[in-house]
Order: sequence, then structure tokens, then C-alpha cells
Amino acid sequence: MTRHAERLRQFDALPTPEKDRLRREVRVLVLTGLGLNCEAETEAAFRLCGARPERVHLLDLLEGTARRRLGDYPVLAFIGGFAFGDHLGAGFVFANKIRYRLYDQLVEFIERGGLSLGVCNGFQTMTRLGLLPGLDGDYRTPLATLAPNDRPGYRDAWVSLGFDAASPCLWTRGLSQMDLPARHGEGKFLASEVTLGRLREQHQIVARYLGADGAPTQAWPANPNGSPDAIAGICDPSGRLFGLMPHPDAFLYPFHHPDWARRRALGTAGTQGDGLAIFQNGVDAAAAALG
Amino acid sequence: MSPTSAVRIEVAVRPELPDARGAGVERTIQSFLGIGVRRVRTRDVYRITGGLDPREAEKLRAELTDPVLQVSALGKLEGERFDFAIGVGFKPGVTDPVGKSAKVAVEDTLGRKLGATGAVYTSTLYLLDGVDRAQAERVALELLANPVIQTTHLQSFEEWRAQPPDLSVPVVPGHDTPAVARVDLSGSDAELERLSKQKLLALTLGEMKAIRDHFRAQAAGELRRAAGLGSEPTDVELECLAQTWSEHCKHKIFNATVRYREGDGEPEVIDSVFKAYVRGTTEAVERAVVAREGKSWLVSVFHDNAGVVEHDDQHHLVYKVETHNSPSALDPYGGAMTGIVGVNRDPFGTGLGAELSSNVWGYCFASPFHSGPLPKGLLHPRRIRDGVHQGVIDGGNQSGIPYGRGWEIFDHRFLGKPLVFCGTVGVLPVTVAGRPSHEKAALPGDAIVMVGGRIGADGIHGATFSSAALDESAPIQAVQIGDPITQKRMFDFLVEARDLGLYRAITDNGAGGLSSSVGEMAEKPGGARLELEKAPLKYAGLAPWEILLSEAQERMTLAVAPEHVAPLLALAARREVDATAIGAFTSDGYLHVTHRGKTVGLLEMAFLHEGDPDLDLTARWVPPRFDEPRTPPPADLGQTLVAMVGRLDLCSNEAKARHYDHEVKGLTVIKPFVGVRSDVPAEASVFLVRHGSLSGYVLSEGVNPFYSDIDCFAMAQAVVDEAVRRQLAAGARLDRIALLDNFCWPDPVAGPDNPDGEYKMAQLVRACRGLYEAAVAYGAPLISGKDSMKNDSRMGGVKISVPPTLLLSAIGRIDDVNGAVTLEPKAAGDVVYLLGETRDETGGSEYFRLRGERDGLVAELGQPAPYVGNKVPELDLATTLPRYRALESAIRAGWVRSVAVPAKGGLGVALSRMAMAARLGLDLDLNAAADLARLEPDVALFSESLGRLVVTVAARDTASFEACVAGTACHRLGSVVSAPTLTLRRGSAALVSVAVDALVTSFQATLGGAS
Repeated sequence: MTRHAERLRQFDALPTPEKDRLRREVRVLVLTGLGLNCEAETEAAFRLCGARPERVHLLDLLEGTARRRLGDYPVLAFIGGFAFGDHLGAGFVFANKIRYRLYDQLVEFIERGGLSLGVCNGFQTMTRLGLLPGLDGDYRTPLATLAPNDRPGYRDAWVSLGFDAASPCLWTRGLSQMDLPARHGEGKFLASEVTLGRLREQHQIVARYLGADGAPTQAWPANPNGSPDAIAGICDPSGRLFGLMPHPDAFLYPFHHPDWARRRALGTAGTQGDGLAIFQNGVDAAAAALG
Repeated sequence: MSPTSAVRIEVAVRPELPDARGAGVERTIQSFLGIGVRRVRTRDVYRITGGLDPREAEKLRAELTDPVLQVSALGKLEGERFDFAIGVGFKPGVTDPVGKSAKVAVEDTLGRKLGATGAVYTSTLYLLDGVDRAQAERVALELLANPVIQTTHLQSFEEWRAQPPDLSVPVVPGHDTPAVARVDLSGSDAELERLSKQKLLALTLGEMKAIRDHFRAQAAGELRRAAGLGSEPTDVELECLAQTWSEHCKHKIFNATVRYREGDGEPEVIDSVFKAYVRGTTEAVERAVVAREGKSWLVSVFHDNAGVVEHDDQHHLVYKVETHNSPSALDPYGGAMTGIVGVNRDPFGTGLGAELSSNVWGYCFASPFHSGPLPKGLLHPRRIRDGVHQGVIDGGNQSGIPYGRGWEIFDHRFLGKPLVFCGTVGVLPVTVAGRPSHEKAALPGDAIVMVGGRIGADGIHGATFSSAALDESAPIQAVQIGDPITQKRMFDFLVEARDLGLYRAITDNGAGGLSSSVGEMAEKPGGARLELEKAPLKYAGLAPWEILLSEAQERMTLAVAPEHVAPLLALAARREVDATAIGAFTSDGYLHVTHRGKTVGLLEMAFLHEGDPDLDLTARWVPPRFDEPRTPPPADLGQTLVAMVGRLDLCSNEAKARHYDHEVKGLTVIKPFVGVRSDVPAEASVFLVRHGSLSGYVLSEGVNPFYSDIDCFAMAQAVVDEAVRRQLAAGARLDRIALLDNFCWPDPVAGPDNPDGEYKMAQLVRACRGLYEAAVAYGAPLISGKDSMKNDSRMGGVKISVPPTLLLSAIGRIDDVNGAVTLEPKAAGDVVYLLGETRDETGGSEYFRLRGERDGLVAELGQPAPYVGNKVPELDLATTLPRYRALESAIRAGWVRSVAVPAKGGLGVALSRMAMAARLGLDLDLNAAADLARLEPDVALFSESLGRLVVTVAARDTASFEACVAGTACHRLGSVVSAPTLTLRRGSAALVSVAVDALVTSFQATLGGAS
């Protein structure tokens, strides 16, 4: 954390062309296949942030037929989708494949300082694997789960997220609030009271669902799944691993926002989508580590 | 343990945690069945075969359980009390996608394969508290299970406790492959007709005779004798011909010679309404485009699985809309899911394969609140609606495809058969592996490779089944179950194979299965040899004709050059996708089918594709007369408007629609819902074609079966006009709109049991003429279409026919999505205009049906809902097109801030939708338009005159806007106001003054709870 913070301070001070050069060196492994489906927008997001995303099919990674090994990438993206149809629980079969066939590479990747972002199905997979919340450096024991929403069924609607400014999360530096679409049927974050207490204490609850008053809420539809403490996303204690139910990859351009047409007419639409900031933070953290 | 005995694992949500699935079922039992169930808990049950030892079984139990959320046990999970347990599992042979995924997890966990006999069978256990046995039986049959595909197992708590855990698995009993039979066609006409019906061939007497004569003539031929075949067709041959010649595949009615007359006038002979009006439209439009622009933007129309149009120098757009009505009537969930994943394969099977970009859906149902009698054998419309939605939700979401358009229409005549429209837009790179992507052809010698799922008995006779009326004899195997994840994985693999240039042609396996895909692909090379024993099966025991005809899902057929077979199969293996070479294309003029080395079918290609005798039909048009309202109009127009926006056809279906993905892929610009709270349906949707480019496509549609009761000519013109206006409203270019036609008709072939067939055929002719005239005038070609011509139900001895329904789907081009326009007014102070003329055109209107209900009138079974009226909206093509062009210029100039399209419900409902979307008020004077001033107030508000648009413009741009649209019937009605009240005046007299909140409440209440 401190090492990263120091590197980031140095990176922030660099002139833009130098930053861009370092960003271009950030290879992002976008894990695909088996029913995942957010590869195009995730790839676009990382590319817009100056990095070099590469789509890699999980089976190629497992069989060693991919161009590179997991350890060759500083950033790993667990994308959204319906891996194996969410059968047996969201992320379950996909995570199981990784657990039995890729786990050592994955833990090595993390222990060597890799950054990882899990969105929606990706967050579910990371949680199922035990990568999150990653308490006490244990990235193997699942301590939490993303249970079915209180109101059953997949639902697609935009929500408002608030970020914990005191969180160590490298992906959300400087962010306070953002609208993103929630698109899931299993997003209710469940863990024991002890675990939840530690997550709060360590500011690992990075993102919460906000009500119209700007405060975290338990009320549907602002909180789409009934997550306790309005939890929308968490990070590991190092802040390098971040999982989030709503989709930052779905707000890359101003016109992704559902109220864009009105904002454009009133001149408040902005020039880029808010979700991009999360990817930029991740890329910059990885670039800073390279530098 | 023996390899065939099963290990049973039960998994439940921890007792201290809420069971969301159980709670959902609990609410539905209470609200839908009216049974006061106290509590429902659920469990997932896995039965695993493949010889697990106890240690493996325990390891799996632990692995299949989420420790935070669940508890589990081998065998039965004890500890909970309940009154009744209902186990719901699949019948033997029915696709079990969850079981398939579970098998992957099991094999990964064990680190070994389960072997040939190993499989995972899933089922769900529902534990009910507070019901008696009879109620539990109702819950099982009316809510939880569909006996067409599922089995139920009901036990009281005592029975459940006393009996050992159920370890049985639904295995298809293995037996020897049935032999190939020769079919004797030497009988009398009556016998031939009986045979056709009995074997579900849907062949007419004439067709049966043509087949008989053909094989008699062929018998002497060298080839047939050498193959050991005689003068009678084999069952393989007869079934293959029946599929290929089915109405579903061959469109015999659209290709028939029609004698059409009006009243007692002179008959007119039309040589195929398809050629005259559908293809005729496209040819006329294309000629005009070429004359104007020097070249056409149509890339491939009518001959492939979907239409293809130019988009830019990198991509073409591909679009197809299909229906899946009969299967959805029998098994709403499975039928509708197969509808969406099935139509996905059409763009993918077009050219060398388009990537899928967005889906559309539209449904015609009877009211979910139907409380009248239900003919025996029909499912309640609410159950159909819930199942159809869930099927398309799961099919679309799991495939990673967002939806762009979704609509629902309700009429009690859809009680017999719902109409389930599903469509998919694809994006096709202009060149693929160095070749033009829209062309494909198998060459003689190319291997036939089947990719994707395996073949089972599911979906046999789908094409012939949908070519007949729905009655109790409907075969259960006509229903297929989709497995979207298997298909998604197949598509991912095929995109890789396509870009590597590993195949030469591709088509999908839909209706008719291999007989249709191979039969079609073999046309160009001039023949094919198919070795059926090589086709991978789900289970043993399928007859050769069943393998050939099975419509088992998730399969594509490829033509692969010999040198590419090995790399293609290797890539498939790497992606864990099934791919098998099952024969080769030839040039000998025959579809030659073998099974274990023996010829079981030898069909002349020419006879297969051209041997079907033409149909001759007669059509007679006599204009109908309907009642006009007999009572005075409602006094309170404000309250009437509130009621109108809550009508089933006009209200919000957001409670269902939000369960569909709106934006996966990150290419959606204008989503299906717009407005400051995103809760009012958009007039049209806008999508990017790819990341990194700002050009996009616009989706819209028009559909209005209510006008068909009065005149299908007007109906067809109205739906074209609505689809085009919606395009314009979103900012599409008027000169790049392409249309798709989907006809869903009641049987128009007159016969003893179809006495008004000539009238229905006349309705079809008139619809086609209306379509032709409007589409040609708007310069919008028809690029693809589909007809479904037997939408009649005879369940329980009651005949119910759907009203003639034409869905017109439009896809347009927008050069820069930053210029897209939405429905909601943007700010108070903006000026509101109405463009276009309003006339007294209330026939077939939503308002008249509301009046009928107010007068206590109920439709007779099979008849339209009163009042129908007679003054159906008519399209004035001389004035609409100049108006649209003027508005297009104004939009392009940036002067237009919002556009609404008055359609069903007229001007009043269009204005309400604008106010609701913005949560702002409108203050308007109807006297500002002379035509509105002349009409009765209710007619002014609710007449459904075509060609109209409501537009808002910022005050600073009004002069420029007015100059731009001058002379096109532009009326300045008033302005947008911040106080959220919709105020409609005539001069100083208020007609309507309603709070926007009151409109919203009504708009959302009707279907808000029926989710």
C-alpha cells in the first residue's frame, strides 16, 4: 500500500507523454470464454485508458496454449457475463475450473503485486475463489458470497454508487460518486458479522449503493439486491484487487448515461463516461508500478 | 458403486437465511393461484452417475455447497419440517443445461472424466408449508412444472421421511436403432390423406401424389436400383420431403397463384403475393436508389438466412425477425427461449457469419388478467406471458446480447396461440479472411461439419407442426429446449474459425434440422452425401429419419475445404465445442443419405427443391361493417386520459422489461426506456455498430392487428408509417431505412373447416398491397421476412384464430449517434409543435375499445373487442413524406430537442408520454391547430391519424424550425412548463388538467404487479 502510494505519487508528477508511454506498457489480461460476455467493452475501456488489453480464453490459459502466461500481465480483468449460465450459482463453475487448474499461477500473480478488477460475474468469481476479501493474505478461503437478490431475478437498472475515500482501493482513488448500471440476479453480499466488521474497519467496503438523499441505502431499487450495509463492491486489504457488482464498463461515453440526451441539451453531458475513471486508476497504478 | 447408480446431493439455503427463490414462488402461489401457502423453501438436487466412490461423493458435496450461503447432504437433507415436497425434474431426453454445467464442475473437481455413462441430472425440490394435498397438486401442475417436458414427484412430509431418497435418473431407455421403413403410397386418396395426418407430414393430397408418382418414375433408374431402393420412398425420404415442402420452409401460400376479387367484381390473378409485393417492393426501391445514387446499399436480400445492408466501409448490418408461436403455446419458457436463441443463429448463419449485436422481442397475448373460460389444453395467458418473458430473458441475457425493442399487445384472440416475435441484429465485417463476407458457397468435395449441440429426439416435426393448427395431438417432442451457453460457446468458437478462414459456408440448423441445412447448402454444389451414423447423438435409439430431422438446438452446419477439416476440428476441441464431419458435398444431383454404409435415402435435388406442386388460392374481399359507439363520450377527458395510459396495450411493461439486459457490449446509446427516471419506452432505440466509431443503427417497429379487423390495407400502411416515423423520431436518415416483414395470419386456405378462408386470403392480399405502396413511397426496401400462416387453435374443440398481424421491423442508419433524439422534453420554456393532420379516424382505436369496456361490452370468443368502428386511419403519402423530410432537416440542424410519435392512443397518449418522461408539464391550446379545433374533443385527443409527430424546440430556435417545416401542417400548440401538470385547452376552456404523477401511477400500475 505505502509502496504503491509512493510510486503513484511519483507517477502523478510525470509529464503526460511519459505517463502515456508507461500506460502503453500495461498489458491487461481480459479473461474470456465459457459464457462471459463483456469482453468488447472491457477491452475498449482499457484501451481508452492507454493500456494494452488482450483477450485470452480461459481454456487457452489452462492448457498453456495462450501466447503468454498469467504472470506476464500486471493486470487481470475478470469480466461480466454468464459463465456456464450461472448454473449452480453465479461464477461457480468458472471459479471451480480456476481453483482446480490455475490456482497456483493466480496466487503467484497476486503475491507478485498484480492488480485485478472483477465486475459483476467477475466479482462473483473472485469472491467464490476467495480472492476477495483476501483477509490476512489468505486468497484461497471463501469468506463471503454474492447471494440471490432479495427480489429474485436478473435486473438491469442504473444505480448511484458512493465510494469510501479512506479505502485503500487503487481502482477508486479520488472518486466520490458515480452512476452505473447494476445488471445481475445475484449481488447480495453476504459474510459473517466478524468478516463484515473487519471489512468496515479496514475500509475494504469500497462502494455502496446510495439513495436519492446521497446516503447508503437498503431500499430497493436504489439498493438492487438488499446487500447489507449497501455493499456494492469490496477490495482486498492491499487495495489491488477490486470487485464491483455494477458495471463501470457500461459507462465509457457520455451517451451511455440514461439521462444523456437531456444533459446534452442542457450542456452538462461531459466528454467521457464516469466509469472510465476506475479503469484509468487501475492502469495508472500498474503503470506506476512499472515505472 | 456400479457406474449407473446415482449419488444424490441436496443443497439448500441455510435455514437462518432467506430463500429468495422460495419467497418468489410463495408470492406467485398466493397471487396467481390464490392459495394461502405459509412458506416455500427450495433445494437443488443433483443426481450424479459415473461410478463415484464415497470419498468422491463427499468431495463433490462439499464443492457444490457455498459455505456462506448453503447447507447440503448426500441423500436427503434432514431437519426441516414441511407439509408437502414437490420434486420437479426433466423428462428423459429433455435438455438439462444446468446438469451439463454441473458435469463440468464435477469433472474439474474430481480431476477425471465421468465416462460414457456418467452424467449429472438436476431437479428442484419445493417444500411447501400450509397447503393440503390437492393444493400441492395444483401448485405442481399449474405453476411449477410443465408436463410437456417435466416430471413431478409429490410427497407428504411423512411419505418423504419414510421413503429412501429417490436415486432414479431420467435416462432415455436405450434400444436398438429402429430400421428404415418403406412407405406404401399405393392407397386411395383418403388413405394418403390419412397417412399425411397420422405421420404429421402436413402434406396435401396433391403433394402426396406428386411424391408417389416421382418415386414410381425413379424406380427404374440405375442409381435407385443400385442402392437397393424401390418404387416407394423410405421414411427418411418422405420425412425429408415433408419438411422441405412444409409451409414453414416453403412459403407455399405466399408463392401461390391467387385469384383475388372485390365483392362481385372481376377476379384478378396474382402470380405470388411474395413476388408481386414483397420482392416487388425491394426491386422497385432498389431501382430508385440506383437511379438516384448510382449504386445500391442492399448487400444480400431474400436468399440467405437474414437480410444484409451496407453500413460503412468496415461493416454490414444483418437483421432477421422470426416467430415461435406454437412451441410457446405448449411450453412458454422453452418455446420462447428457443425462439430467441434460434433467431440468433440466423444472422450467424448469414454470409460467413455475423456477430450478434442486439435482440428485439414483441409478444401478442390474451390479457394476463383473463378470468373467462379457458378451452381445455390451453395454458392461462398469465402463465404464457410469464414463461415467454422468462425464456427470452434467459436466452438473451445468457447469450450476452442486449435487447433494443420490446413491446406487448393484448387481445383475447391470442388466447389460442400467442404470437412470439424475436429478432436479432448482426454485424458482419465487410471482408472475412480476405473474402467478401456476404458470399458463401460449398464446393463439391467440401466436408459437411456439424458444430454445437448433439442430436436428440427433441424438436422433431417442428416445421410441419407449425404448419398446422394447434390441437391436442400436438407432439411433445415438437418442443425444444434451448441451451444458450452451449450456443454462446459455439458462436465464440465460430468467430475464431471464421476469421481464420476455416470454413467456406455456414448455415443454421433450425426447422427441419440437417435435412434443411444440408439440403439448402447442397443446392450450389449440386448434391451431398450424408453419413448419419457419424452425427453425435445425445442417446442411442434414434431412427435415421429422426437424426436427419431433429431440431435439437445450438447447431450450425459448415462446408469445410478438405485441408481445413483437421485445423477446424482441432480448434473446436481446444474450445470444448462439439464438431463432427458427417459427410461431404457432391455434384451428382442427389441428396444421398446413408446409415452404417447402407443407403437410406436418395433424393433428387431438383425434386426436393422444385418438385412441390404450386398452390392455387382464391381470395374475396367484402368490406366488413362494425358498430360505432352507441353511448355519449365520457364527460371527463382528464380521467379518460389517465385510464388510457393504463390500458394493457399502452401501459408500462417495465416490471418485465428490466429483467432483460439493456446494454451489455457497451454499444447501446438510446436504451429501451428513456426520460429523467428512465421509465417511459423510447420511440426507437439507437446502437453503435462498434467501439471506436460514432455511426450507429436505429431500431423501431410498427404493429397494429386491431386495424386488420376493418381493412388490412390500412393496417399495413399504418405499421409502415409508424415504423418510419419512429426512425425519424430518433434521428435516423430517411434514405437508409430497411424493413422486415413478419406476417402472422390465420389459415387463409379455404376448406370445409375454414369457411372464411377466402376472406383471410383477401386480407393477406390487401395487407401486401398496402405494404408495397407505403414502403415503395418511403423508399424503404424489405430485406427479410417470414410468414407464419396457420395461427389457429382448435384446443378443446373451440376454434380461435389470431387477428391478421403484420410486424414491420425497421433498421435505419444514424451517421453520428451524438445527434440522436429522445422522447422527453428537455426544459421548461421549450415550444411544443404538432406536425401533421388529425382526422376523425377512431376505427380500431384503443379509445374505442375503452368505450366498449365502459359500456360493459365483452368480445365474443374469436371476435374483435367492441367497439371496432369503421373509420380506420388512412395514410396520405402525398403529404407525409415531404413533412418527414423537412423534420429530418430540422433534426440534422440541431433545432429539435425531443420527438414523440402519436400512434395507439393518439395525440393524448403521446403528450402524456412526453410529460411522464420529463416529469414536466405541458400547457397546450388545441385550437392552435384548425383540424383539431374542428373535431370533437375526445376525437381530437384519441383519433389515431397517421403521419403525425410531436416536437419540442428551444425558444431560441423556433424561427429557424418553423421556416424549415413551413407548409407541412405544423401547429404551434404551446410550451413545456415546470409545474408537472398536463393542461390541454381549447382557447380558454380547459379540456384536460391532470397531474403528471397521476398519469405515471396509472401507467405503471396495470402490469407493475404482474411481474
